[in-house]
Amino acid sequence: MAEEHYLELSENPVQFEHASSVNNVFFDEANKQVFAVRSGGATGVVVKGPDDKSSVAFRMDDKGEVKCIKFSIGNKILAVQRTSKSVDFINFIPDYPHTEFTQECKTKNASVLGFCWTSWNEIVFITDQGIEFYQVFPDKRSLKLLKSQSINVNWYQYCPETAVILLSTTVQGNVLQPFAFRNGTMTKMTKFEIELPVVPKPAKLTLSERDIAMATIYGQLYVMYLKHHSRTANSPGAEVVLYHLPREGACKKSHVLKLNTTGKFALNIVDNLIVVHHQSSQTSLIFDIRLKEPDCAVNTHQPVLPARSIHPYRIPLSGPAAVPTQPPVPCQLYSSSWSVFQPDIIISASEGYLWYLQVRLPPTVHLLQDKGKLMDFLLRRRDCKMVILSVCSQILDGQEKGSLPVVATVFDKLNQVYKEYLEAEQSYTAAMESGPSRGGGAQKRPVRTQAVIDQSDMYTHVLSAFTERKDVSHKFIIAVLMEYIRSLNQNQITVQHYLYELVIKTLVQNNLFYMLHQFLQYHVLSDSKPLACLLLSLESTYPPAHQLSLDMLKRLSTANDEIVEVLLSKQQVLGALRFIRSVGGHDNVSARKFLDAARQTGDQMLFYTVFRSFQQRNQRLRGNPSFNPGEHCEEHVAHFKQLFGEQALMKPSTV
Amino acid sequence: MASGAQDKQYTPSLLSFFIYNPTFGPREGEEEKKILFYHPSEIEKNEKIRNVGLCEAIVQFTRTFCPTKPAKSLHTQKNRQFFFEPEENFWIVMVVRNPMIEKPNKDGKPSTIEYQEEELLDTVYGAVVRQCYSMYKLFNGTFGRAMESGGVELLIQKLEKFFYRYLQTLHLQSCDLLDVFGGISFFPLDKMTYLKIQSFVNRVEESLSLIKYTAFLYNDQLIWSGLEQDDMRILYKYLTTSLFPRHSEPELAGRDSPLRPEVTGNLLHYGRFLTGPANLKDPEAKFRFPKIFVSAEDGYEELHLIVYKAMSAAACFMISANVELTREFCEQLDGLVGPQLTLLASDICEQFTINRRISGPEKEPQFKFIYFNHMNLAEKSTIHMRKTASVCLTSVHPDLMKILGDINCDFARVDEDEEIIVKAMTDYWVVGKKSDQRELYVILNQKNANLIEVNEEVKRLCATQFNNIFFLD
Repeated sequence: MAEEHYLELSENPVQFEHASSVNNVFFDEANKQVFAVRSGGATGVVVKGPDDKSSVAFRMDDKGEVKCIKFSIGNKILAVQRTSKSVDFINFIPDYPHTEFTQECKTKNASVLGFCWTSWNEIVFITDQGIEFYQVFPDKRSLKLLKSQSINVNWYQYCPETAVILLSTTVQGNVLQPFAFRNGTMTKMTKFEIELPVVPKPAKLTLSERDIAMATIYGQLYVMYLKHHSRTANSPGAEVVLYHLPREGACKKSHVLKLNTTGKFALNIVDNLIVVHHQSSQTSLIFDIRLKEPDCAVNTHQPVLPARSIHPYRIPLSGPAAVPTQPPVPCQLYSSSWSVFQPDIIISASEGYLWYLQVRLPPTVHLLQDKGKLMDFLLRRRDCKMVILSVCSQILDGQEKGSLPVVATVFDKLNQVYKEYLEAEQSYTAAMESGPSRGGGAQKRPVRTQAVIDQSDMYTHVLSAFTERKDVSHKFIIAVLMEYIRSLNQNQITVQHYLYELVIKTLVQNNLFYMLHQFLQYHVLSDSKPLACLLLSLESTYPPAHQLSLDMLKRLSTANDEIVEVLLSKQQVLGALRFIRSVGGHDNVSARKFLDAARQTGDQMLFYTVFRSFQQRNQRLRGNPSFNPGEHCEEHVAHFKQLFGEQALMKPSTV
Repeated sequence: MASGAQDKQYTPSLLSFFIYNPTFGPREGEEEKKILFYHPSEIEKNEKIRNVGLCEAIVQFTRTFCPTKPAKSLHTQKNRQFFFEPEENFWIVMVVRNPMIEKPNKDGKPSTIEYQEEELLDTVYGAVVRQCYSMYKLFNGTFGRAMESGGVELLIQKLEKFFYRYLQTLHLQSCDLLDVFGGISFFPLDKMTYLKIQSFVNRVEESLSLIKYTAFLYNDQLIWSGLEQDDMRILYKYLTTSLFPRHSEPELAGRDSPLRPEVTGNLLHYGRFLTGPANLKDPEAKFRFPKIFVSAEDGYEELHLIVYKAMSAAACFMISANVELTREFCEQLDGLVGPQLTLLASDICEQFTINRRISGPEKEPQFKFIYFNHMNLAEKSTIHMRKTASVCLTSVHPDLMKILGDINCDFARVDEDEEIIVKAMTDYWVVGKKSDQRELYVILNQKNANLIEVNEEVKRLCATQFNNIFFLD
């Protein structure tokens, strides 16, 4: 059976000392750091981040149980909350005083629920009665209140990517008030209400912190609400409801993800996909909010793929405790000791591991039968290029060979993305050329994502190998090439010469010259000099190629020299002469070239005619019929004299 | 000379048409066995034998002068005979009566008849005879094939069956240069629409894998041929001069006209079969299609010819004759092709109208010309009116058409590129140009034009109409 686990835990997890009675573990979503605090910090605090740079170890005095501990961005200042009234700070900037300083919350009788760093020196305290926004002055060891807002708070959530704090207010907790922070300013955003499945009577806190998560998906901030199955509503299972939270304007309920089951869930965001873990079945589902569901109401989504568990994971026994002969231990997935953090973090505090959740694209190919939908899905993923190219190869041959309409759909989808990129690139170039002064400064160079599959990718990885296959009928090969060319044309993308070459090669190998002829007749293969030359080379096997090639050179209108060469090589000296005259190039052509060709024919009258014609030209241009030494025609003059005598030469006119 | 009665003109007409094989009755008294087909059939036996004998003798006699090229035609005062040996020892002979003028005489004397011996062109009628054979071969295969499968009896039967009908459709008076070319008119189309048609053809051939070849036409003009050029040439001739005209009349008829075929209740598309079943819903419908023979790698292959049309778009699907075509297949084809072809036809029509609007229909000067490219058999004529089932109308006088034919003969004689300019009796100028494999004939009506002006005029035509091909000035 093909590999089906499309989710996996990162290969190299962040390892830390697991939680115990003497070791408290904290996780900071902003810096993605794990803090292992032993004995309140007295015997050491070990901070492990996603890379070695952000890992630190230090000691601090044990001044009571640590409730929350976080570095400011860039590990400049450490904030530690030990009581419900205040937060302590320690400088980590070299040369600054290291002694702790403390800030109490301003609101009387309020208790601090927690705090969030929004920059290297700005911090927000969230209390049960509101929020307080401070600037920290590490040199002065003091804080300045920038702004505060009183509001009853049940709990809060923080999205570090967007620096938005979401507060749960009202008795039921379902009115959410977001605040955005940027450069010392605090903006109150529009509050919104989460529709609860059941309204409790009497009113009590119903919306749990666990059922809300914030994350950015496709560059937009969403609040995700895990709406549990209720017996009263006739929904078959739990749902995830997405509320779109724009920077400005009202928050709107935008998507509903159908989980079709009930139980305990957890959410992650990976590569813009929403991953829903289901603990009891030990499986996960993924949703793509950009994927349109034809058979569902507008923004209702079904899982993209059938539910599968995360790829089995074995804990490598490394470190000092490792015994070389001992095999890696399988890790228990979906363990109840797991904690899930946004966007893609899974922590097992009891085992001391932090993993990043990852999507593996190859298994999705076999799980998603609808190739059009598969393409839509893959084109939005980060590392999609090779998988997409392998899908293209797959639908062209092998057991999963698709029909032409499927092939066409796939090509159209690829080229749509390709075209959008080309257009963006073009308008960027145009803006750059018109000068940055004209408002072009704001325009960013478009990023070429992996989803941009251009003609050379298709040629190298898919088409050239495909056309070499002997077990595929040439009819199908040609149909596929034409379909690709059609799709490019439909998207107004200039087709590259090597694709035409592929078409011609395939047609010629199968002796389908008349087909080639018809394609050229309708300009399916666009004119170019290389193509005209390729056609010329086919003349010996297919004589009409000569005419096709000349026509093409003529249409190019920049290939007059080539036309003359072709005609001369065919010994059509007069034709060449007439042609060059008709395009007005007669005065500049090399007489020698024509005379060489005329002499080669062995036709003396032809030689005479051509010779005289050039003498007339010389007369007209220079007032003298003789050739310039630079034209190297001495040999031909001698030949002319020998054939027709001295007196046949045109004399300089005396007029 | 004012005379009461008018001169009476007679156009060339078919006197007789026969096919023989001298090896079939070599002995005295068995001459009749040589004759495989004779039109008109009511001619007395001995006269048939005599005529065949005469032809045989002429061919034999002339062979002594040039063994490789026997006589092609015999000119006499009253008629002209054309000889053609399509397969070894099989001869087709066509006898055409020269056009003539009957001049009534005074005093009740019998009128005198003036034969116009020089009016007929060998090239034109020679081509007509060859076409007769090609058409026979398209539907029956070679003479040799009939001989192999059923002997002389079968061949005679097949010839009888085919030529009896076919000769009635020969209209010798309207044969001209176009018959010599036997060209194909291509439908002008933009690249994108053409690619859509390609895509359509490929998809149909993929899903109905029985289909071996496909040809696509619009407005009786060819767009795509999966057949080789020579086979397409004769099939095109059949489609445009016989099959399509037969079916166009009902289409032109009004909606409620009894001529109009019953729309089969399918409102989703306009597709219908031009060969085979007229109405798929008819329980009595027969699923028999005409069979054609086309060249294959090893001789000939026999194919069913399905012609399916939606509005102005026609698709010909060819399927090996070994397969029996069923109602299910036809329904499948109708269901698949009908809607797509309808859509495609309206796409093409729309595109065509746009292109016409861009280029401006009246912008181009109204030249009368015939163009032909030997390489791809492309022909274009602004001289000929639309062909109908019966006649091919030209808009110029037959004398001018004859000059065109004469120039064509001159071109055929040499390989070089040439240009011939003729001043006709009637203030017309006729210009013939030959460049590589292409020929162009232009008729200009400029009363006082001189040679230079005529030359300029033709250059102008080339620049507007043929600027995208390499055509030497």
